[in-house]
Amino acid sequence: MRKRFEGTDTYVVTEDLMVAVNAAVTLERPLLVKGEPGTGKTILAHEIAKALGVPLIQWHIKSTTKAQQGLYEYDAVARLRDSQLGDARVHDIGNYIVKGRLWEGFTSDVRPVLLIDEIDKADIEFPNDLLLELDRMEFHVYETKATVTARQRPIVVITSNNEKELPDAFLRRCFFHYIRFPDRETMERIVAVHYPGIHKRLVHDALTVFFEIRDVPGMKKKPSTSELLDWLKLLLAEDIPPEVLRAGDGRKLIPPLHGALLKNEQDIHLFERLAFLHRREGS
Amino acid sequence: MFIDFFLALRQARLPVSLREYLTLVEAMDTGIAAYSVDHFYYLSRSCLVKDETNLDKFDLVFATVFKGLEPPEEGEAVEIPEEWLRKVAERELSEEEKALIGSLGGWDKLMETLKQRLEEQRGRHQGGAKWIGTAGTSPFGAYGYNPEGIRIGQDKNRNNRAVKVWDKREFRNLDGDVELGTRNIKVALRRLRRFAREGAADELDLPGTIGATARRGYLDLQMVPERHNAAKVLLFFDVGGSMEPHVKVCEELFSAARAEFKHLEYFYFHNCLYDRVWRDNRRRRSETMATWDVLLPARLQGDLHRRRVDEPV
Repeated sequence: MRKRFEGTDTYVVTEDLMVAVNAAVTLERPLLVKGEPGTGKTILAHEIAKALGVPLIQWHIKSTTKAQQGLYEYDAVARLRDSQLGDARVHDIGNYIVKGRLWEGFTSDVRPVLLIDEIDKADIEFPNDLLLELDRMEFHVYETKATVTARQRPIVVITSNNEKELPDAFLRRCFFHYIRFPDRETMERIVAVHYPGIHKRLVHDALTVFFEIRDVPGMKKKPSTSELLDWLKLLLAEDIPPEVLRAGDGRKLIPPLHGALLKNEQDIHLFERLAFLHRREGS
Repeated sequence: MFIDFFLALRQARLPVSLREYLTLVEAMDTGIAAYSVDHFYYLSRSCLVKDETNLDKFDLVFATVFKGLEPPEEGEAVEIPEEWLRKVAERELSEEEKALIGSLGGWDKLMETLKQRLEEQRGRHQGGAKWIGTAGTSPFGAYGYNPEGIRIGQDKNRNNRAVKVWDKREFRNLDGDVELGTRNIKVALRRLRRFAREGAADELDLPGTIGATARRGYLDLQMVPERHNAAKVLLFFDVGGSMEPHVKVCEELFSAARAEFKHLEYFYFHNCLYDRVWRDNRRRRSETMATWDVLLPARLQGDLHRRRVDEPV
């Protein structure tokens, strides 16, 4: 029986996520993770690798990334140059095949975790181009006429920020999990995991402020979990007493060190305006 | 084993395929969800649902199939805010009618009548209410609920158009092959692609290299930027009022365009492009953008001369 993933001491995992991860690990299918930015999608892959004690291979997708780059690249330019210089290496085409991330994962000694990060950043055709490779876990190298087959099927974790819809054929082959924004209780556990021994009152007040900000209508960018953690770190570093946060009567305009939470000029304006209105009503 | 469940999902028009069903059976076989309903729920959700907009539908089906519950009443009760009614009444009533209000027993009495009428309408056209229920989860959910112009407006005009609109929506619910329409539109949109080479030159230009090498007598590499679709699309949807009958077509166009273009922005407007447009139809009163803010950057190709039009508070 394989090891099961049950979260780590630095990552709080909800039960539904746990089931999804274990299903993907056991059935050797890719796990597609979606969710608001900053809910720990990328970290999940790191933590799975850590919990199972296997290496992590990361493939970060950019708008220019091609599916082929994950398999291998043929460096024709280097070969041309070598041929001009009369290098002996030029006779073996294998010298100019550069391995991609997928190839690395396929030929790894132990079963690795392969993270394909932000797959929606790439071109629309990108997921389709990887269908067969992720399904069969093998591909053909045309230059050397060899077929690379996975020794063990890597645990594939794919993250998406929902910027583009993924093709149905691709989705059919994946397990899917949508990381919901954590509720207050989960959030407290997350904070406790990251800052053990933090003042309880500070956490309580900070979370109140945090969820209030998230509830403000018309926010351009809502603060996320990772931003909350950054903010708490700042509050700790600056040694802000909990009382400062507890201005529930709306006397303060905007929470201290708000730069960590509000990343948008318009959001700050909006928040100031609301706080101002709130204060005027209160007085 | 779970064929009934699977069929119920299909019936609820969740896009589940045989392959996903087999995956679920296989997963059950390995004992991942060992004897726990909760785990089975998580597992089947992860196998069968691939889009968060379908989660709600899935939950409904799951509850019906496994807990033996009655299917939910068609059409959830939607409370109509008093403020809407007031606004509608203000706009729809002529001066004479307003004068009549006094004789009818004042504003409150009128509100009562209006409310009653709305309720009657809801009772008669259940299909419509059902549509509201699902509209919230569709990607094009912006076509929410529009009491003015249709319900109350038509009620006054007595041309019975409202009935037709609702009927159309019911038809839409029965229609199983929306994808066919979307697909056709996708193929058509593909013709709008404009391939261009721009950006960093990182692809070997073979004909160019051969030409340059022949001219110079030594290897002269030429690079060109990669070819990709350079079309950037800005889509404005007219919503509400006279556009209601075309909801289905617009929905298809939207879902097709979203899949086909890399750079797609969409906004909604009503009647004509006035000074403001919005992204979320449900918040059209609170969250709008100046049309200039949208058009100017688009016209200037990026943020080069972005001008901010100050938003009124």
